[in-house]
Amino acid sequence: MISELFSVTVLIGILASGIRLATPYLYASIGETFGQRSGVLNLGVEGQMLLGAFAAFFVALTTGNLWFGVLAAMIVGALMGLLMAFVTVNLHAQQGISGIGFYLFGLGMSDLLFQKLMGTVETVKGFPPLKIPFLSNIPGVGEIFFNQNILVYGAYLLVPAAWFVLNKTTLGLKIRSVGENPDAADSLGVSVARVRYFTIILGGVLSGIAGASLSIALLNVFQQNMTSGLGFIAVALVYFGGWRPWGVLGGALLFSMVNSLQLWIQVLGIPIPSDIAVMMPYVLTILVLVATVSRVRAPTALTRPFERED
Amino acid sequence: MAESTALNKKRSPFRIRVEPRLSEPPAWYPAAVTFAALIVALILGGVLISFAGGDPIRSYQHIAKASFGDIGVLSDTIVKATPIILAALACSVAFRMKLWNIGAEGQFIMGAFGASAIVLAPVLPAETPRIIFIPVMIIAGMAAGAVWGFIPGYLKAKFNVNEIISTLMLNYVAVAWMNFWIFGVWTEGGFQMSPKFPQTAWLPRLLEYAKTFPAFRGLTTHLGLVIGIVAAVILWFIIFRSRWGYEIRLIGDNPHAAQYAGINIKQNIIWVMMLSGALAGLGGMSEVSGVVHRLQTAPLAAGYGFTGIIVAWLAKLNPLVIIVASILFGALILAGREIQPSGVPKMIQGIILVCLIASDFMLRYRIVIDRGEE
Repeated sequence: MISELFSVTVLIGILASGIRLATPYLYASIGETFGQRSGVLNLGVEGQMLLGAFAAFFVALTTGNLWFGVLAAMIVGALMGLLMAFVTVNLHAQQGISGIGFYLFGLGMSDLLFQKLMGTVETVKGFPPLKIPFLSNIPGVGEIFFNQNILVYGAYLLVPAAWFVLNKTTLGLKIRSVGENPDAADSLGVSVARVRYFTIILGGVLSGIAGASLSIALLNVFQQNMTSGLGFIAVALVYFGGWRPWGVLGGALLFSMVNSLQLWIQVLGIPIPSDIAVMMPYVLTILVLVATVSRVRAPTALTRPFERED
Repeated sequence: MAESTALNKKRSPFRIRVEPRLSEPPAWYPAAVTFAALIVALILGGVLISFAGGDPIRSYQHIAKASFGDIGVLSDTIVKATPIILAALACSVAFRMKLWNIGAEGQFIMGAFGASAIVLAPVLPAETPRIIFIPVMIIAGMAAGAVWGFIPGYLKAKFNVNEIISTLMLNYVAVAWMNFWIFGVWTEGGFQMSPKFPQTAWLPRLLEYAKTFPAFRGLTTHLGLVIGIVAAVILWFIIFRSRWGYEIRLIGDNPHAAQYAGINIKQNIIWVMMLSGALAGLGGMSEVSGVVHRLQTAPLAAGYGFTGIIVAWLAKLNPLVIIVASILFGALILAGREIQPSGVPKMIQGIILVCLIASDFMLRYRIVIDRGEE
C-alpha cells in the first residue's frame, strides 16, 4: 500500500528530525543542570547560545574548519560563563535578573558582530551525517538513530556522562553539596566559589556548543536571534527534568519531537492550526512542574548567593 | 571588626576587604552608584563598539540626536517610552515583593490581545464613540494581563511552582495564542495581521489637535503617556502610602517578619502578580490602541517586557523614577532603528543591566583597604 509506505516514511522522518532537533536543548540543558545543581540559575543561556552560534559560524566560514568553529563557540561560551560567574559568585547578583542582562547582551552583541563582520546571510557546509557501521543499516532504527552528524551523537553521549559525573564522582559530590548546603560544604573545605565558577563556565562552554550545533550542524546558517527562545526552554527543561540528566533528556526529546511533528505538518500541508500545537510543550512544562514540585525538590541553595559567616 | 583585622594581619602592605554595610549609606550614595554604573556601561559598550569596528562617539552622538534632536523625534522617543513605563511598573511591583516576574512580555501581549478582542470580536460595534470604546479596551486589556499574571501567581501560592519558569513559559504561550488569532481568525486577507481598527478605537494623539495648536502637527505622542504617568503615581501611592504597599514591602524585605505580623503571604503573591499582569496588560492595550492600531505580532512582541525588567531595576523599583528611566530607554530603542550596526541598543541594554546589578553590590557591601601600619 502506497499510503502506508508513505506514512511509515513520514514517521521515520519525524522521529529522525526529532532526535536531531534535541541536540541544542541537550547541550544547553545539561550545562544548565550542572550550574543549578551547584546552586546557580543561569538565565543567560540564550545569549550564550547566540554568541556561540555566531562564533562557530564565523570561524567555520573563514577558516573552512568546522572544528575550529566548535572550539571558538566553546571559548566564547567560557568567557560569557566567566563573566556570569564573576557577577553571581563575587558580586552576589540577583540571578534571574542578571541572566536577562546576559541574554540581551548576547542577543545584541551577536547581531552587532554579524552586521559588522558578515552583513549578509551566508551558508556553510555543516557537519555531514556520520553513518554508524552496521547499526545504520537496520531498517527504520538505523535512519532514526545512527545516521546523524557527530554533534548529535555527542549530545546524547553527554547525558550518561553528566549522570556519571554528578552521581559517581567526587566532583559531582562537591557540586551537589555546594548546591544543597554551601555552609556545610564550606566548613568541610570545599571552595564554594571555585565549584560554582567551574559549573557556570562549564555551562557556558556547553551553551556555546549548543549554539554551534544550530549554526554549523543543523541549520548551517547564522541569522539574528536564530535561537528564538531555545535557550530559555533549555533552562525550563532542567526544572522539567527534575535536575537529573535523564529527566532532562526526556524533556528535550518531548520538545524536539513536538517541534519536528509541527515542521512535518507544515511540510505536508495538513491544515491544523500549528500555533495551538506550538503552545503544548510550554503548557506541558508548567503542568509537569505542578505535578512534580512536591516530589522533586530543587537544589536547596538554588539562586542563593553564598556568604561565609565569619 | 578590630578582631578580624588583627587576625587577617599579613605581611602585605595593605589588604582589601569586603564587608557588609551595617549602617544605611547617605541618601546621595545609591543615586551616585547607579549613575556611575550607567557611565561604566556606556564606556564598556563603547569599547565593544569600537572593537567591532564601529565609532563609539559617533554611535552615541547619533543616539542622542536621533532621539532628542528636535520636537518631532522627542515625541517619537516618548511614544517608544510609553509601553516601557507600563511594563517596568509591572515588573517593579512584583520585584518589590521578590517575585521574579519575567513574564511582563507575555502579559503585555495578552493585554494587547484583550483590548483588540473588543474591536475585532467585535464586542463593541465600530461606530461606538471613543469615550466608551477606549475605557472598555483599557478594562479588557488589564483584565487579560491580570489573568496572565494570576496563573503563575496561583501556581506559586498553591503549588510553589517557580515563577521564573512559569512566567517564561507563559510568554511563549501568549505569542502562540496571539498568532493563532491573527493567522487563523482575524487575518486580513491572509496577511499576518488583523484589519486596522476603526479610528474610534485609537487613543487620541497630539497631531489630532494640530488645528488648534499648530505645534502639534505630526506628533504621534498619544494618551498612553498620560495613562502611564497616572499609573506610576497611583502605584507610588499604593507602594509607599498604603497598608497594602507596606505589606508588599515587608514581605519583600523580610518574609519571616511578615509572617509573624499575620500577613497572608500567599494571597499577596496572587494579588501582586495580578496587579503586575494588569499593568503590563495596560501597556499592551496602550501600544495596540495608540501606535499599532491592529493586532500584529512583530511590533507587539518586541521585547518591551524584557526592557521593563531593566528599567525597573535601573529605577530601583521606584515608580516615579521609572518614567525618567523609560524615556532614556525609549531613546535608545528609537535610535536603534536607524543606528548601524543594529545590535548596539540591545547589547547596551544588556551591559547596563549587568552593570546595575553589579553596582548593587556596592550598596550592600563596602570595600575596606587596611593599611599595614598599626
